[in-house]
Amino acid sequence: MEINAFIIFIASIFTSNILLTNFLGMCSFLSVSKEVESSVGLGLAVVFVMTLTTALNYVVYHMVLVPLNIVYLQYIIFIIVIAAFVQLTEMMLERFSPVLYYSLGIFLPLITVNCAILGVSLFMIIRNYSFLQSIAFGAGGGLGWLLAILALAGIRQKVRYKFVPKGLQGAGLSMIITGIMAMAFIGFSGIVVIQ
Amino acid sequence: MTKKEIFINSAFKENAIWSQILGICSALAVTNLMMNSLVMGLGVIFTLALSSSTISLIRDLIPKRVRMMVQTLIIASYVIIVDLILKAYMPQMSKALGPYIGLIITNCIIMGRAEAFAGKNPPLDSMIDGIGAGVGYTVVLMVIATIRELFGFGSLFGIQILGEWFTRWSIMVMAPSAFFVLAVLIWIIHGPIAAKVGK
Repeated sequence: MEINAFIIFIASIFTSNILLTNFLGMCSFLSVSKEVESSVGLGLAVVFVMTLTTALNYVVYHMVLVPLNIVYLQYIIFIIVIAAFVQLTEMMLERFSPVLYYSLGIFLPLITVNCAILGVSLFMIIRNYSFLQSIAFGAGGGLGWLLAILALAGIRQKVRYKFVPKGLQGAGLSMIITGIMAMAFIGFSGIVVIQ
Repeated sequence: MTKKEIFINSAFKENAIWSQILGICSALAVTNLMMNSLVMGLGVIFTLALSSSTISLIRDLIPKRVRMMVQTLIIASYVIIVDLILKAYMPQMSKALGPYIGLIITNCIIMGRAEAFAGKNPPLDSMIDGIGAGVGYTVVLMVIATIRELFGFGSLFGIQILGEWFTRWSIMVMAPSAFFVLAVLIWIIHGPIAAKVGK
């Protein structure tokens, strides 16, 4: 069944948020969400890289891997595409837009090992999306991730000076907040369903 | 350090999940069933042991600037092996785990051990360190999965334990419970247990 690309876009932001329902990109999510500003920076970088690498990986998978019958190499190829793309973006930013480089540049190396980027490419293959659907999925996934990290960063700034049991400080508390957020996002699940 | 100390150190003292909060994506995603968690854990142990020893073998040959890329490629090769074995012998399991097997590549634990240990130590020690880290990871996965499967499905390893009288907690099957269970686990370890061990 062909699902409308726009529905995939909306669904991947709200109902099947890659962070809150698929748990992708948790490491950088927990470590960067201390500050709202850096969360926005990393989030935007993720949106950008995720949208474009998903498109690139789609092309590479269907134009190169499938015709040559080397689909089993997909992991290696995807990770090379992502790493090369991030490297190129970093170099171009440094060359053409130093301002943007200083605000986003430091986050780019983090992104290569962000499992959300690779995860979205793998989900795209497993779910057999078309090119347009893949772009919608990549962009939606990135925006959903941005939304989640922004919400957590905002909440963490609020609870910074509150009393928290000792063992729960830091990661434990963030995890509980994320769990409550995930429950809230389940509330969206009536809108659209994709699988 | 003796071999045994290396193992205990990487499995428990420096356990990636509770002391460094690394590699939790997959820890959360596959833990709704114990069987899935066990297979995932074995996959990670295999990848960690072999990639750590390989990276340690060629540690003097890798130029510093490109070492991340080389390490990632080594890890990816072993993950492909795991993936192919699963597809061949356990196709059902391979479907259930979906992309999470492939995501072992970006699991920070493996890269973390490569950076922290395998890059500086001989191959055999690195292998033991890798197995230790993998075992520590699997233990955490199994604990979370036991709780989630028992309350979510009333079963352990797919065998029904709790009878008809038990009302299943559907939240345990869904995503949020993974966060809660892991958070409580970290809380217990950082709170009472850390106080007792005297860290």
